Amino acid sequence: MSNISILFQAPPLALQLVIDGFLIGAIFALAAYGMALVWGVMNIINITQGEFVMLGGFVAVVLYEAGIHPLWGVPAAAAVLYAVGWLTYRAVIFRIVDRDLFTSLLATFGISIILQQLMNQVFGADVRIAEAGLGSWFFADGLVTISQIKVVGFFICLGMGGGLLLFLKRSRLGQAIRATAQNARAARVLGVDTDRVYATTYALNAAICGAAGALVAMAYTIHPYIGLPYTIRSFMIVVIAGLGNLAGVVVAGLGLGAAEYFAGFILGAQFQLAFVFLLLVVVLVVRSWRLAMKRQYLK
Amino acid sequence: MTARHRLLLIAAAGLIGVLWPVLLPAYTIQMAELWLFIVFALTWDLVGGQMGYNSFGNVVFVGVGMYACAVVQVSILYSVSAYTAARGGGTEFVFPPDAYLTGLGLGLAAGAVAAVVVALCLGSLVLGMRGHYFAICTLGLGVAAGELAAGWDWLGAGAGMTAPPPPREIGDTNMLFYYMSLALAAVTFLGLGWLYRTRFVLAINAIRDDEDKAEAMGLDTTRIKVTAWAIGALFLGVAGGIYGNLKRFIDPTEVAFSGATVGVWMVLMAILGGKGTLWGPVIGAIVFQVTKEFFWTFLLGWQRVALGVLIVLIVVFFPQGILGWVRERFPERFGHTVEPDTVPAAAKDTVQ
Repeated sequence: MSNISILFQAPPLALQLVIDGFLIGAIFALAAYGMALVWGVMNIINITQGEFVMLGGFVAVVLYEAGIHPLWGVPAAAAVLYAVGWLTYRAVIFRIVDRDLFTSLLATFGISIILQQLMNQVFGADVRIAEAGLGSWFFADGLVTISQIKVVGFFICLGMGGGLLLFLKRSRLGQAIRATAQNARAARVLGVDTDRVYATTYALNAAICGAAGALVAMAYTIHPYIGLPYTIRSFMIVVIAGLGNLAGVVVAGLGLGAAEYFAGFILGAQFQLAFVFLLLVVVLVVRSWRLAMKRQYLK
Repeated sequence: MTARHRLLLIAAAGLIGVLWPVLLPAYTIQMAELWLFIVFALTWDLVGGQMGYNSFGNVVFVGVGMYACAVVQVSILYSVSAYTAARGGGTEFVFPPDAYLTGLGLGLAAGAVAAVVVALCLGSLVLGMRGHYFAICTLGLGVAAGELAAGWDWLGAGAGMTAPPPPREIGDTNMLFYYMSLALAAVTFLGLGWLYRTRFVLAINAIRDDEDKAEAMGLDTTRIKVTAWAIGALFLGVAGGIYGNLKRFIDPTEVAFSGATVGVWMVLMAILGGKGTLWGPVIGAIVFQVTKEFFWTFLLGWQRVALGVLIVLIVVFFPQGILGWVRERFPERFGHTVEPDTVPAAAKDTVQ
């Protein structure tokens, strides 16, 4: 707690935390956007979200260890994860699209355990990075450091988010996806192949997460067990923003990133994840209170 | 099954339970674990199956019970911070037999009390949520509790805490913990069996079927939900205390608050056996524990992957569980007349 006073004595440190928070917040927002897409279109809360991020990170790490510049990992991870997402849909997800939410929760939780343990078995539990070899900018006498790869990652996230938005708004398939989200049965009646829409949506979501994961591996670190926190962050952001509220997702994502950095600094890094998960509980409790207040009783 | 069959079955299970460590001493620990798993599955089903509140966070009560028990066991003789600082390896921490047993008894009681207190505090906050919000919130609670314990130096932080070393004079403590687990499983089973014959189960079933209607009928749903949640926590707290001593080592995220192992296993066991029944979780726990031990023995390293596959397979292809399947195949045996659910699923969809 004594760290709070440090923040007041050295305002640049607070600035540093905000910048770092926003830079990783863009990645959170991107993953959350994918989760909102799957949730809205397929009515599935995808617990595997974080594992897709983790897999994307490992694609970048593999490329890096093979001597290829890890920035190539972003498209590579997107491509690989698109295939993984498609396969996952064809193997499991299409069987649970129409089932109740708890089934899909538990099934995707099972898939996430499979992926996480598979990667643990293949790559080991060590922390890995993909060094992009970019430097840093220094401001305010070195008190504020901005690593260039994080900035690159930030803009890649923005670009992908924008691209996805354009795809959904303009392309024929994007229109089919939005139509299915509005009313799957009506879309089917009007000739939309909803099964294909679901498969594409799920694979697209995996691809976005994979690209985000490649950025995580370059700017931060990656290991087989980072998945669940990313899932929880995505869920939290979607709950705060509401389904289909893109601006809300961006704001909530950046805000969550900053909040996390402040919490990590003030409480100590060992409590940063505890903060994320407790924040989830707080967000959900506040949500249920607000809903309860809307209920009216007859006296 | 008539009442006599049921009584015979319980008696047979009890006899096997009592004689097991004598007949097959090599499997005492696995069998003790099975009794605890039965407690986990039964208490999960109380809230998840009977009340329809699917929780991923019941593991919180196991962890709380585990830590509370270990802390009380240590603190009757030594300072907890000194004990955890020595990483349990210090030879100066000796527990004489009578102090050990007193500590164990007090510890289990403390585990139960702590778990119930946590359940009461969290209950009114968390149980206001419905459906998947509740499920994910409890998932978050489980992980948060693990992360908090992993950051708390007094409890040994990330390095965990060893259960107090049992004194030699007591003999084989595995036997002690085995019979404790057996007794707990029996008490849980009979207790819940009694509970499922009272009006209380009608109330929680009503909440599962339609909470708004139940409330409109005059049920104090919040109080009932918190009560059911706390009853589960009571048994889980004691089970956690025993489990910690059986495992000897309490790791905050891998043992105590492990959402990806015990936390999801209890859900799986209840579903595998059949949700919303008394015998289902018991059968599910037995099948699961046997399968798990097979995986651990024959799939070196890949057992956790295989367990993940098992989760997906059961949830996707076998959601009705063993008892549900038997009930579908032989409805007459359960006293049903053969007519339930003659409306095909597709037709139901159109009706709504």
